[in-house]
Amino acid sequence: MAQVVAVIASTHHPFYYRASTSAGDDRPPFADEWVAKIGAFRDTLTRARPDVLVMVGSDHFHQLWLDNMPQFLIGKAPFYDANFYNEEREFGLPRMFVSGHEELSAYLLREGMDAGFDLAFSNELRIDHSITCPLITLRPQADLPIVPVYTNIFAPPLPQPKRFVELGKTIRRLVESWPSDQRVAIIGTGHLSLELGGPRQFGPHGPDPVFDRQAVEWIATGDLTSALAQVSLDSLWLPGNATHGFMDFMLMMGVAGENARADHVDTLDLFHTMEAYFTWYPRAAP
Amino acid sequence: MSKYLLDKFLYTIDRDPELVERYRQDPRGTVEWWEAERASLILNCQQAERSTWLTFTDTEREALATHDYVTLFELGSHTFLLLTLFIALFERDYDEPLAFQREFAARLGHWTLPYPDIST
Repeated sequence: MAQVVAVIASTHHPFYYRASTSAGDDRPPFADEWVAKIGAFRDTLTRARPDVLVMVGSDHFHQLWLDNMPQFLIGKAPFYDANFYNEEREFGLPRMFVSGHEELSAYLLREGMDAGFDLAFSNELRIDHSITCPLITLRPQADLPIVPVYTNIFAPPLPQPKRFVELGKTIRRLVESWPSDQRVAIIGTGHLSLELGGPRQFGPHGPDPVFDRQAVEWIATGDLTSALAQVSLDSLWLPGNATHGFMDFMLMMGVAGENARADHVDTLDLFHTMEAYFTWYPRAAP
Repeated sequence: MSKYLLDKFLYTIDRDPELVERYRQDPRGTVEWWEAERASLILNCQQAERSTWLTFTDTEREALATHDYVTLFELGSHTFLLLTLFIALFERDYDEPLAFQREFAARLGHWTLPYPDIST
């Protein structure tokens, strides 16, 4: 059976690419520290020697739209073009191109539906920065085939937090039952507290540092019981109006498992948002 | 009220560089053209299968025609779409990085939770 060799959860800050590649007067003062932290984070994936990446993210109204909005979707295509004009415009992100792993996509779709998730699928998916940001930070050569998994954290009505956790647990179980000798890393990105298009946006820190500290503790210790007890669709409006992206972190906590302590935990307090990076090794750390 | 149609305007303008510039330079004319020619196109259907029932209210149309993002926020337009498009429209007019984004926040500073409902 396939092995899950790493489980990785992180924020996806679209400005990392520009900050890390800028020089001279354009280089922000926090760039060097940020690049160092990303370097250490990247090593946690490299050491796991994955063959394929399952990548959980969320389309930001790029390809998916309100006339036909899936809650959970898996891409099944041989290739994925990536990033959109408005991401180039606002964040300076490059166009990218990655291979897909159709066999694993097909397996997760079939088995996922049989396990109780009526998953949508796409045979022609252009992925956005929720998946390309972790590629840039964790695997910039983008040389491994991927299986994109999209969640709706964006367009209400949203699935409940417990469904994200259940989907994470299901993905973990299915990958480990996949009849293959491939080494799989499961990577997902979300947000801590975040405000976009509201009065609390672009402050000196994330909009709710207290929530951020609590959330990092939940993730680092795998405390799904506390997270599920204290997080609801209504409560997530309080830390910031875009904080529902935290449910993708909860999905990844489901992948990592109840009470699974992360082997790598790091954070970076930036303007506007707190960055957070977690890696779990389900087997012995490489 | 049609939050969906407001969002559809923001979405279809934001993803097209020519329309971003057109909306910046001629907001009222762009809104009138868009409502007449584009509002009813279902994005994954042919022109002949367009919708027959989508229109803005006067308040919505005026808010779009005047680049009034405070009113658009209050009408419940999707805040991600609203922010993204308005950054594209106006960030270039400010000397300091993030100055537009901070002004945007300040102009909404009278709002506390709960914010207007963005559900469609």
